[in-house]
Amino acid sequence: MRHLLSTGDLDRDEATLILDTATELAQVGDRSVKKLPTLRGRTVVNLFYEDSTRTRTSFELAAKRLSADVINFSAKGSSVSKGESLKDTALTLQAMGADGVVIRHSASGAAHRLANWVDGSVLNAGDGTHEHPTQALLDAFTMRARLGRLEGLRVAVVGDILHSRVARSNVLLLTTLGAHVTLVAPPTLLPVSVHTWPCEVSYDLDRVLPETDVVMMLRVQAERMRDSFFPSVREYSRNYGLDGERLGRMPAEAIVMHPGPMVRGMEISAEVADSPRCTVTEQVANGVSLRMAVLYLLLGGS
Amino acid sequence: MHARKPTRDDDGIVAPEGTRAVLDGNEINRALTRIAHEVLERTKGGQEVTLLGIPSRGVPLARRLARRIERVEDLSVPTGSLDITMYRDDLRLAPARALGRTEIPAGGLDDRVVVLVDDVLFSGRTVRAALDALGDLGRPRAVQLAVLVDRGHRELPIRADYVGKNLPTSLRESVTVQLDEIDGHDAVLLGPSRTSPSTTLASGTRPGSLQRPETTEGDA
Repeated sequence: MRHLLSTGDLDRDEATLILDTATELAQVGDRSVKKLPTLRGRTVVNLFYEDSTRTRTSFELAAKRLSADVINFSAKGSSVSKGESLKDTALTLQAMGADGVVIRHSASGAAHRLANWVDGSVLNAGDGTHEHPTQALLDAFTMRARLGRLEGLRVAVVGDILHSRVARSNVLLLTTLGAHVTLVAPPTLLPVSVHTWPCEVSYDLDRVLPETDVVMMLRVQAERMRDSFFPSVREYSRNYGLDGERLGRMPAEAIVMHPGPMVRGMEISAEVADSPRCTVTEQVANGVSLRMAVLYLLLGGS
Repeated sequence: MHARKPTRDDDGIVAPEGTRAVLDGNEINRALTRIAHEVLERTKGGQEVTLLGIPSRGVPLARRLARRIERVEDLSVPTGSLDITMYRDDLRLAPARALGRTEIPAGGLDDRVVVLVDDVLFSGRTVRAALDALGDLGRPRAVQLAVLVDRGHRELPIRADYVGKNLPTSLRESVTVQLDEIDGHDAVLLGPSRTSPSTTLASGTRPGSLQRPETTEGDA
C-alpha cells in the first residue's frame, strides 16, 4: 500500500489491518504522553483546496501524535489563488521533501492525478463527489467498536448520495468487509450509475429502517447543487429526515451515524442528534486514531 | 518453518530439520520458576512488581511468571503487555508492521518496579525501544529485565536482570522460542539462520536489525 486513494483499492486484509492498527493507537489518546516517535523526521503536507475544519484538524493532530512535521497548505492565501496549477503546487511540495501529501480537492480524481506526480504517499481526504476513504474507514471503525462486528451488518446510507463522496467510499469498503449496504434517497439524489454499485437502493426510508443496524445520515450538499432536486426542505425532511419517531422503529441496538456537519431539522432532528445512539462525536474521536493508523501504515515503513 | 520436514529427537521434541532443541518444556518451566523466586528475592517480596511482556512471546511468559509468583507468595502481580513496534529503530527498513497489544494494568506504572519480560535477548534494541515506550507511559521506580534466553551479541549497553538460560550462539544461528500458548508446545530451538534475503538481514549479516521473525515476530 503506497497511497490511499479509494477504499475500492483495499482488500479485506488491508482494511482489517488498518482498523486493528487504529484500535491499538486509540490508547495513545488516554496516555500521559499522547505522542509516539514513529514518524519523527517525516513531513506531512495538508493540501486543502476546499474548506474543511474537521478533516484537516484530524489529519494534523494524527500526524503530530506520530511526531511528524506538518505543513498546512490551504488554497486561500497561497500561490493557488495566484493561479498556480495543482501540478506545479505538487512539484513545489515535492521539492520541499514532503513524505506524505493529504489532499482535499473539489475535482473528482485530483488525488489520483497527484499520485502520479509526487514520490511520497498521497492520502485522499475527499476529491469532489468521488471518494473520502478515511471517513469510510473511521465509520467502519466506529461500527465495529459499537456493535462488535461488521460481517453481516445491515447499513442504510440515507440522503444526498449523488453529491456524496462518503457514500461511495462506504459502499465499497463495507461491502469488502462483509456488510450489506442499502442506499436510501429520492431518485433525483442518486447517481446515474448507482445500479453498478455493490449495494441495494430504495426510495422508501420507512420500509428500510426496521431492518437496519446502522443508519448513516448524509447532509444535503446545497453548495454542490445547481438544480433543484426536491420540492422543498420541508418535504425532504418529511420523507428522508430521521426523527425520534423513526428512530423508535429501528432495532433497539441500532446506531445513528453522521459524517458531519449536521444540519439539524433537515436530515436529522435535534432529538436524534443528541441521543446516546448517535455516534457523531465518537466518529470524530475515532477519526484521529484511524488517521494515525493510515499515516503509520503508509509512511512508517520503507 | 512449516515447510520444513520435522524430525523427532531423543527428548521427544518435534524440531524442524536442521535445528536442535536446547531447552525442553520441563527445563523452560524450571527456568521460569527460578526466575520467579529471583524476582521475589530481588524486589523484597514483590509487592511493587508489575510484569510487562513484550509481544508476542514475552506476553505468555509474563503471565506464567505471574502465576508462579502467585503460587509462591500468594500475591497477585499486575501483568500486562507492552508493544514496542512504534518505538523500533528499524521501522524504515521494512514495510510497516502490524501492531501488537499494549495493555497496562489498571494501577498504572508510576512508582512500580516494572519487570520487562521477553523470550530472547539478542542485540538489545528491543529492550531499548521498550525503555523508550515506558518513558511515555509513566515513571516506574525501577525497570528490570527478565528473558528466557540470552543469546549474546549485544549492540547496546543493556543486560538482563534475570536469565533463564545463557546460550552462546554464533550470528549464523537462529534461536526460536516456541510456547504452548502460541505454538502448541514448549521448546527453545537452535538452528542455522535462514537463507532468504530478509532473514539473512535479520540474524546474519545485519544483526543490528530487530527483525527476528523466528522469535518475536513469529506467526502471531
